[in-house]
Amino acid sequence: MSENLTKVFNWINHRLPVQNTFERHLSKHPVPKKVNFWYLFGALAAVVLVIQIVSGIWLIMLYSPGEGAFASIEYMMRDVDYGWLIRYMHTTGASMFFAVVYLHMFRGLLYGSYQKPRELVWIFGCTIYLAMMAEGFLGYVLPYGQMSYWGAQVIISLFGALPYIGESLELWIRGDYYISGITINRFFALHVVALPLVLIALVFLHLVALHEVGAGNPEGVDIEAHTDEDGVPLDSVPFFPYKVLNALVGIGVFLTVFAIIMFFFPEGGGYFIEYANYEEANPLVTPDHIAPVWYYSPYYSILRAVPDKLGGFAAMGAAVAIFFVVPWLDRSKVASIRYKGILSKIALVLFGISFLTLGYLGTVSVTEHRKTMSIICTFIYFSYFLLMPIYTSIEKTKPVPDRL
Amino acid sequence: MGAPVKVDVSKLEPGQQIQVGWRKQPIFVIRHTKEAINNIESSLSKLADPKSESIDEPYRDINLTRSKSSEFTVLVGVCTHLGCSPKFFPEVEPKSWDASWTGGYFCPCHGSMFDLVGRVFKGVPAPTNMKVPPHNFNGNILTIGEDEEMS
Repeated sequence: MSENLTKVFNWINHRLPVQNTFERHLSKHPVPKKVNFWYLFGALAAVVLVIQIVSGIWLIMLYSPGEGAFASIEYMMRDVDYGWLIRYMHTTGASMFFAVVYLHMFRGLLYGSYQKPRELVWIFGCTIYLAMMAEGFLGYVLPYGQMSYWGAQVIISLFGALPYIGESLELWIRGDYYISGITINRFFALHVVALPLVLIALVFLHLVALHEVGAGNPEGVDIEAHTDEDGVPLDSVPFFPYKVLNALVGIGVFLTVFAIIMFFFPEGGGYFIEYANYEEANPLVTPDHIAPVWYYSPYYSILRAVPDKLGGFAAMGAAVAIFFVVPWLDRSKVASIRYKGILSKIALVLFGISFLTLGYLGTVSVTEHRKTMSIICTFIYFSYFLLMPIYTSIEKTKPVPDRL
Repeated sequence: MGAPVKVDVSKLEPGQQIQVGWRKQPIFVIRHTKEAINNIESSLSKLADPKSESIDEPYRDINLTRSKSSEFTVLVGVCTHLGCSPKFFPEVEPKSWDASWTGGYFCPCHGSMFDLVGRVFKGVPAPTNMKVPPHNFNGNILTIGEDEEMS
């Protein structure tokens, strides 16, 4: 029997590089032997991606785009057995996706994961984040509730701020003079086919590039510098089974949190699903309090902080785009915050505070006092990046150890 | 759907606003109080473009209300920033967004402010005044979407 199995395996292996791939990317792929919990969020993001794809497939079976979109959501929530579970799995997944990706990105800033030779890994990651923002927005419009409608109105109108082409571009995106079933249909096509394909392709590139250069570590030590006679880094362990089993613990904790939210707090206090979205879209009335879901709110605050239509749009775009050039803004000799100087530490703390404050301000209504706050925080946000070449090059760094 | 809409405005109390749907857009019709009419010219310093010079104003220099009537204002109720529908706050009282509020429109999306006849404030994200749709008054009947009364 086992002889036959070996034959089958060999037959496949001569035609498809199964064993080779398994060894190269799993059982013989060296990863740093000492990392901390910050290195878990990439794996968690992959888990959420799978949850989103699977729950999304089931949602499509129940949802109908177009003018009847809101009715089909109500139908799946009330009349379909466990329809609510499928929908809440997807909405909880959206928030959790952004939560783990924000933590994953912060890890990158903390330990200099973008530094040479991992620039492309970082850039693919930033592109994934950008595609996710588009994906999340398109998905939020599909239920055709009040927040869907007015959120779409605002985001599509942003393109109208562009000079000359703005108005025709807006019309082209909507496919109509106002947001209608036509708009929902095309957003549906983009949300379930176009962007998922882009996302999966980008995730693939992100991982291939990562496996080429190898994972980083919190010390910023180059483990490739000390290898055994076979060229395997001394401070490494094989990814499978060591890190995979290790990650299962984290994934278990994560899925527990996920299930608690999904079963008991699916609206997340109005932050994960906004209450106004339980009302059908009404083009004549804007909800009294309008705010984006929590994962966009820092950028929404930046938009509101700039008292100019084009300027606000540009500032918001720049706030996302600036992540792409971080590998070239950081001039430090060391990667990890552990060995960087005091200036980098202060800058990162201020950046974190300003990002969270902007996030909070984006979810509450505008007052004069809050507007001032959001202007200050926008200023700190951009200073973190724009002053990075200065503070990372003048500060005194600590010596990095030789081994991990 | 694009057809003109007729509204009987005789039931509006002074100081009241109603919303009418025209071409799937909210249209604001406001009947001003005497004090509000007198105040239209008093807060010019707050406004970015009091004479509506940067937009195509259909009924320029006819009435202070920007409409064809000296008592009513007719506006396309869409914020010129990103298309939300601003909220009507006619009271003269300090507001969380403006301590010296004298009545007007406040947009809940990005905090743009307009006065009672839809003129935009300085230092807000909205670039221009709210639009005035083509309209016509025939006695108490307001027609929105049409300039001259068809016979």
